Amino acid sequence: MSDSQALISRSLRRNPWAPRTLFSNVMTGLAIACAVIAIIPLVAVLLYVLINGVSRLDLNLFTQVQPPPRVENGGLGNALQGTFYTVGIATLLAVPFGVMAAVFLSEFVRDTRLARWIGFATNVLSGVPSIVAGTFIYSAIVLTTKTFSAFSGGVALAILMLPVIVRTATEALELVPSELRQASVGLGATRFQTVAGVVLPAALPGIVTGVMLSVARAAGETAPVLFTALGWPTWIQSIWQQANTLSLLVYKFATAPYPNQQQLAWAGSLLLVLLVLVTNILARFVIRRRH
Amino acid sequence: MLAKTDTVIHTNDLNIYYGDFLAVRDVSIAIPNNAITAFIGPSGCGKSTVLRCFNRLNDLIKSFRLRGNVQYHGQNLYAPEVDPVEVRRRIGMVFQKPNPFPKSIYDNIAFGPRLVGYKGNMDELVERSLRGAALWDEVKDKLKESGTALSGGQQQRLCIARTIAMQPDVILMDEPCSALDPISTLKVEDLLQELKEKYTIIIVTHNMQQASRSSDYTAFFNVEQTPKGRTGYIVEYDRTEVIFQSPKEQATQAYVSGRFG
Ligand SMILES: Nc1ncnc2c1ncn2[C@@H]1O[C@H](COP(=O)(O)OP(=O)(O)O)[C@@H](O)[C@H]1O
Ligand SMILES: [Mg+2]
Repeated sequence: MSDSQALISRSLRRNPWAPRTLFSNVMTGLAIACAVIAIIPLVAVLLYVLINGVSRLDLNLFTQVQPPPRVENGGLGNALQGTFYTVGIATLLAVPFGVMAAVFLSEFVRDTRLARWIGFATNVLSGVPSIVAGTFIYSAIVLTTKTFSAFSGGVALAILMLPVIVRTATEALELVPSELRQASVGLGATRFQTVAGVVLPAALPGIVTGVMLSVARAAGETAPVLFTALGWPTWIQSIWQQANTLSLLVYKFATAPYPNQQQLAWAGSLLLVLLVLVTNILARFVIRRRH
Repeated sequence: MLAKTDTVIHTNDLNIYYGDFLAVRDVSIAIPNNAITAFIGPSGCGKSTVLRCFNRLNDLIKSFRLRGNVQYHGQNLYAPEVDPVEVRRRIGMVFQKPNPFPKSIYDNIAFGPRLVGYKGNMDELVERSLRGAALWDEVKDKLKESGTALSGGQQQRLCIARTIAMQPDVILMDEPCSALDPISTLKVEDLLQELKEKYTIIIVTHNMQQASRSSDYTAFFNVEQTPKGRTGYIVEYDRTEVIFQSPKEQATQAYVSGRFG
């Protein structure tokens, strides 16, 4: 019998006890188990925060000011306001600078030594611990203006957002096919017209995604606002005064000995987790729409 | 104001380099007005390179250098006082791979006119340009839809419409049909005949039938090995009938009849 005949006459039926089938099944099972284990922390955190925080999730949570010790009820209104202000300031600062830096890197100095150096610096900046951004702004702004403020908290958060935005926006811009730039230039567009009219719009979904993810990250950061915004027990009238934020409130209330404040800390955690979840889902949606 | 001449583009001993590499040498060619001139020749002989010199698109390539000059209606395109943006508004380009902007069909056409602050009726210009590119009937009900959702052949005609919306003087086409199916190719070829009434067209093509069917003049490029790399040059430039039926050079004869090396 020749080799090919031996091959043909062998049964095609699957043998469940063949070593390679067994091995394959075991490995598949192992992979599934590892995947489940990896998801457990996420699910556990979500559930735990949800169970503990959901009891206070009502309208009062958003409209009422945080309660002093031994006072019942109250909400997170002023902390939400502070988070909104600080993150808003950070976004207003980081987005224009970050996107312009990305345009510079991708459209003007791409593949040059300068671009590599700036890219390296951005990477280092994104690795800087957030407490360092806080101390830097503390000495640069708080000490010089002699006041803690929502503004200085916003600047500290902007430092953390900047590298994320620069990197994601640069990647989004570099993904824009060079054919589009040539088409635009070929129609007689100037460099500025090409960037503003073709390249940026084409990269917009990617840029928006990066901005949203960095906003979610900034909203949850505690260390940068710890000694810049510092905290404040009620609504604020301007960005030049001290402010509380959700993250600060969670940090302080979670360790407080008062059950009411502890409950609010859980509710605040829930809001932060929901914020991250919602921005991530929105970001996915934006990415999906691009295709 | 430039006087309109019978020769639109004229080059004299043009040498084009990428860095130290001489990509094309000794290009001397006169492109006639309101005619279709085809560039044919094997890959890498510098057809695209020469074409892109005519609207200064090579300026985008850092290593690009040029010796000699390119005259456009008698004016040196590479004179220091010339603004390449102005050049490209008169000399449009259609690329090998259709490259519509990821914008609506309407905005694809309106993009160029808006750049120059077009004051006329934009709707009219869009319609006229799309009709000019034989695309109007296929897209008139979906002008708000994305240009990238069209078929390849439609995209290429959209790119042609986008170019003629600028009301250029010359249209450069770099293998505009190489990514298209045969039916779309025929549509674009028909279009070329209409366009030459108004525009001067220079087209690079690998398709011999296309060159012989559609063009009035043909330049045959070839490439030869030199110590510094493969340098392209024009073997023969003449009326298309002459190039295809009684070329003076052996190499041309071999290439157009498909017996090439
Ligand atoms: N951007 C570039 N940088 C360096 N060399 C290039 C560049 N573009 C083309 N070349 C070289 O120039 C020569 C001519 O290329 P090209 O004009 O594209 O030829 P064709 O269009 O006839 O196929 C080739 O050897 C090619 O490798
Ligand atoms: Mg080419």
